This record gives sequence, C-alpha cells and structure tokens, in this order.
Amino acid sequence: MSTGLQIEESPTTGDETITNYTINFGPQHPAAHGVLRMVMELDGEIIERIDPHVGLLHRGTEKLIEHKTYLQALPYFDRLDYCSPLAQEYSYVLAIEKLLNVEVPERAQYIRVLFAELTRICNHMLNIGAHVMDVGAMTPNLWVFELREDCMNFFERMSGARMHHAYLRPGGVHQDVPEKLLVDIGEWIDTRLPELFGDAMSLVLDNRIFKQRNVDIAVVSKDDAVAWGFSGPMIRAAGIPWDLRKSQPYDVYDRMEFDIPVGTNSDCYDRFVVRVKEVYESAKIIKQCLRDMPTGPIASTDRKVSPPKRAEMKQSMEALIHHFKLYTEGFHVPAGEVYVATESPKGEFGVYLVSDGSNKPYRCKIRPTAFSHLQAMDFMSKGHMLPDATAILGAIDVVFGECDR
Amino acid sequence: MNVLHSAPRFTRIEGLRDTLSKSLGEHLVDAHEEHGELLLTVKRASIEDVLRILRDDHEYQQLMEIAGVDYPSRAERFEVVYMLLSLTRNSRIMVKCAASEDTPVPTVTTLWPNAGWLEREVFDMYGVLFDGNTDLRRILTDYGFEGHPFRKDFPLTGYVELRYSEDEKRVVYEPVELAQDLRQFDFMSPWEGADYVLPGDEKADMPPVDEPKTTEKPSQTGAGKKADDKAAEKVSAAAPAEKDGGEDAPAPEPTEDQPARAKRKGKTSRTAKATEPKKGDR
Repeated sequence: MSTGLQIEESPTTGDETITNYTINFGPQHPAAHGVLRMVMELDGEIIERIDPHVGLLHRGTEKLIEHKTYLQALPYFDRLDYCSPLAQEYSYVLAIEKLLNVEVPERAQYIRVLFAELTRICNHMLNIGAHVMDVGAMTPNLWVFELREDCMNFFERMSGARMHHAYLRPGGVHQDVPEKLLVDIGEWIDTRLPELFGDAMSLVLDNRIFKQRNVDIAVVSKDDAVAWGFSGPMIRAAGIPWDLRKSQPYDVYDRMEFDIPVGTNSDCYDRFVVRVKEVYESAKIIKQCLRDMPTGPIASTDRKVSPPKRAEMKQSMEALIHHFKLYTEGFHVPAGEVYVATESPKGEFGVYLVSDGSNKPYRCKIRPTAFSHLQAMDFMSKGHMLPDATAILGAIDVVFGECDR
Repeated sequence: MNVLHSAPRFTRIEGLRDTLSKSLGEHLVDAHEEHGELLLTVKRASIEDVLRILRDDHEYQQLMEIAGVDYPSRAERFEVVYMLLSLTRNSRIMVKCAASEDTPVPTVTTLWPNAGWLEREVFDMYGVLFDGNTDLRRILTDYGFEGHPFRKDFPLTGYVELRYSEDEKRVVYEPVELAQDLRQFDFMSPWEGADYVLPGDEKADMPPVDEPKTTEKPSQTGAGKKADDKAAEKVSAAAPAEKDGGEDAPAPEPTEDQPARAKRKGKTSRTAKATEPKKGDR
C-alpha cells in the first residue's frame, strides 16, 4: 500500500512535480479513536479519496453469542461500545423481552431510562472532550473528564463495575439502586454538571479557532443524510428531528418531556452543538425520572425469566430450582425473529435476534451506529484538508469496539 | 396477542401487509407479521426492484441494516435480510430473500450508497455474492483471511492463530492449537432436545421379559443368614504398611557458595530506640 509519492514531469517547466500522495492514517493514530486505518489519497494537503479499513478489532462477537445462552451473551454488549455500555445492553434486553413478551415493572423501566441517559451524558463527555482535543484544545477535555469520572462513580455504585456493568437484564435490572445514589445523582445534575460543563463549553462554543476548524466542514445535505443511513446526532445535525426516544418510544420515554436539538448547517460544528444540547436534555430526563420513580419490584416476577432474590432462595425450594435452572440451562425463548433498535448516544443501535426456540440465540446481528457513518467518510471529506479529517472523525463519534464487533 | 413488553413502539399502519403485498405482486413469496413486525419474503432476482418500489412508492427511505443468516439444512442455505425504516411514516419492515453459495443476490448499492459496506460484510461473513457490487472486498476479517467465519459449519475457534515470532521478526500464522478443549457445556435439559445417550437409556429398547420376577413369600426376598455372611465379608484388605527403605535421602548439596553472615555488632536486641528522631534532625 506504500506507493508514497508519485513523481511526474511537469509539462511546462520540465521540473519534477509531486502529483498524488497516498498515506496511511492509523491504525495507530491518536485521532483515529481506536484502530482505524484509512488509506488516503492526497493532492498536496487536499483529500482526494479515503478508503477506511475497518475490522482490526473484529472479535466475532456475533458468533460467540450464538454459542452462549441469552444471559451469558449479555456482557458481550458492554464490550461493543465501551463508552456507552448500557445503551448496547438496552437494545439486546428489549429484543429478548419482545420475543418473550415479558412485562417489566415500572420502577425497573425508570431505572433503565435514568441510567441510559446518564450513559448518554458519559458518552458525550468523552466525545466532546476528544473532539475538542482533536482540533487542538486541551483544557476542556480535562474538565469534562472530571464529569465522566463522576458518571463512572455513579455506575460503580449502581452495578459494582465502572464500565462493564451487565446491569440490564431481560425482565428488569439486576439490582435495586440505593436511595442515596439517586439523591447524589440529583444533586450532581443540579450543581456540578451545569457548572463544570457550562464552564468547559464556554471555552469552546464561541472559540474562534474551534469554529474555524469545524464550521462548514463536511456539510451533508438532508437527502444525503437519509440515503447514507445516518442516525443519532449525525442525522439531527442535518436538520431532521429524528430521535427514536421520541418517535418509537420504549420503556417510559413516552412519559418524558424533552426536546430534540437539531442543526441548521449540518457541519461538524452543528454535530458538536447537538451533542452539547443533548447533555442538557438528558439531564432533564434524569430529573424527571428521579421525580416520578415509583417504588416496587425491579425485575419481572416471572420466575421462568428472571431469577429469585437470594434471601428467597434460602427459604424456598422452588426458588432454588428456578435459580439453578436459570443460571445453567437458561430460559428458552420462543422461535421468531425481531429487529429492535434504540437510540444509543451515537445513533441507532439495533439488534436483529433470531430464536429457534432453544436457550441460545440462533443468530444475533448487531447493527453498529458507526458503520454507515464511517462509510460516508470518503464522501464527507472529499476536497477538505488533511487536518479536517480528524475533525470529521471526531464529529462522527466512532468507537471501534462497536464498529468492528 | 396482548403486548406486555416495552420494546420500541413504532406506528402500526392499518392494512400495511395487504397494501405492500398488492404493490409487490408476483415478486412476493410470503408476507407475515410476528411480534408486530412485518416480514416480507421475496424472490431473489427481484430484490432490487422490490426495495426500489418500497423506497419510492411506500416511503421507506432508509436502509438501516443487511443481515445474513445461515440455515445449513435448507437447499438455499443463506437468508439475506434487509431492514428498512420509514422516517415519514415511522415504520419498520424487514425484507428477505434466500441465497446459496453460488447464486448471487442483485446489489442494492444502486439504491442506497451505504449498502456497499453492508453487502461487503454479508459477503465476508457468509460468502453470499452480490451481483453488481463493484467493491466486494472483505471488510471485517484479516487481510488474506480464508473462509467465511459466521457460517454454522465454521468452528468457533477458527483454523489459524497468529503470534509474533521473535525469530522471524514478524507476525506468523499457525494452525490453532488449544491447550485444553474449548468448554462447550450443553445445559439443555435431557428431557428436551438432548440427542446423546445417557447411562440407562439402553434399557428403554430392551424386549419385555417373558416371566416377570415376583416376590410373594419372605423366602423369595433372598434375606437370611447366607446374605448376612456375604455382607459381613471384607471387601478388601487394609492398606499395606509402607516398607522402610533404610535411610532417608540426604539434604541436597547447596548449588552456590554463600558466605557466612557477619555477626551483629550491637549488644542490645532492642531496636525501637533507633527509630526515634535524634535531637538535632527534624
């Protein structure tokens, strides 16, 4: 692949001139957000063509899932997009619940929505910070990482794990959350988040250099955004108010009041601002969850799907049998196929689940958000300068664990 | 069916199945609804026409995903499933067609530019060919990979593994060698689905006995002195005494010469005082 520079003779002066350059961007480039290799054809510093090579992090997740029971396959989803683990689990458990047609108690639905939104904030903190750093600023990244650290601490108190939670379960969530945690999240949403995040964004949003690097970079028309299969902040920045939480609500999203920020110019700056606004909308949703969350069970009472409490197991033989069967054989899912997509922080994250009636998925196809966005990289960066590629990539918000699966 | 789950709820359009079936006409093989989702099965040759009709006449603007599925028992073993999304009508449908290793599916890159990578992925993972896709390279597997890993007959461990060779100063590929067997537990209940033989299963096929053995008198039970004596018999002797082999083996020779440690100079064995700070230093 290393053609290097091609030297030709200039027709007018007879001197040697450099025509086109082919370079490798990545796979070990800090701005590639992981293991992305892009073969770039450059004319001077202008990008002529980009051929992204993905798959360097391909782990065969979908095949591994076919060899695990439904519950054992769940933790694989945390490891897809490791920046927003709960959002991936969400699609998967909803797909199972759809096949089983199992009812989820109200409190569990609120907890799921609450932490899915906290995940969104956590994910956007990483992306916003990384995007700002990709175009040259350092301080805001350090500040928003403070907030990300706070989110991680909340997740740790929720599930015991900072990143790989395995917290959402078919039929509900794994454990109830402590009351103090909810209080602390509420306080954090009211004080620390708006203060620190507002400070960080005041450095960036009107910053001249930041705007020079992002405004009018990679403009995508509405029609193109639809045709290329864009979703999430990428399609909203193009001015299309499309959000699966609003249009195809799941759990208690239909009870939440929030706005969908949309862009006007559909450039990298709009994509950035859409994410910034989404953080505030997520904060609104979290507050409503905290206000309305009822008490009650946190997982389905259908013992053929969700295991009994440990205390119950010490008393009841029936509970012990259920626990044993669920953690060895697992539950059986009726035959059928569904495609369930949720609004992950990066866009539409879908799971196509085919069941043959046994305790293992027959096929589990994961629809990564980054696939169609990254595919449009070539068409978005044509004619832009080489340093713009990092801004475009930052605005896509790509994580390779999810893209390559 | 009563809907209890809380999965995403998109708009259910009245009579969607009939409208689409009528519109697709002879291209259609089967149309059915399950779990509130519409699944259309169409003929392979007309997949491009079908998707064009759905995109242009029925407002399914976005192609979200193409999934391959392998059913080795079928004559045409692969299924290619297209997930369509309508932004204007807020509806999702799935369209699928069957294919085999040597029957290419017409490409839909003519309709959606993002179909390119999606088709490449199905090709890479299953080996389904897409007629008209000009860039049908592998996408997720390694450079120079052979085979199609998501087929059901491809082993989970794969065939080759790679490591960095210190001798050759490069990455080398070798056949997979597992230090222990891959742990594939079969937790299916033996009453459903298990097709292996458990001890005792052979009795199910034994012919019935002509004269069933019955026990009507106490003497027929076999109890008595004879049985008691038999039960009192020792099954095996006690463990044999260990034979004394004379002297124990001596301690091994030291491998290195170690100089003897110098004797401590101080008289006292109390060291606590030494840890206290002296007057001068802080």
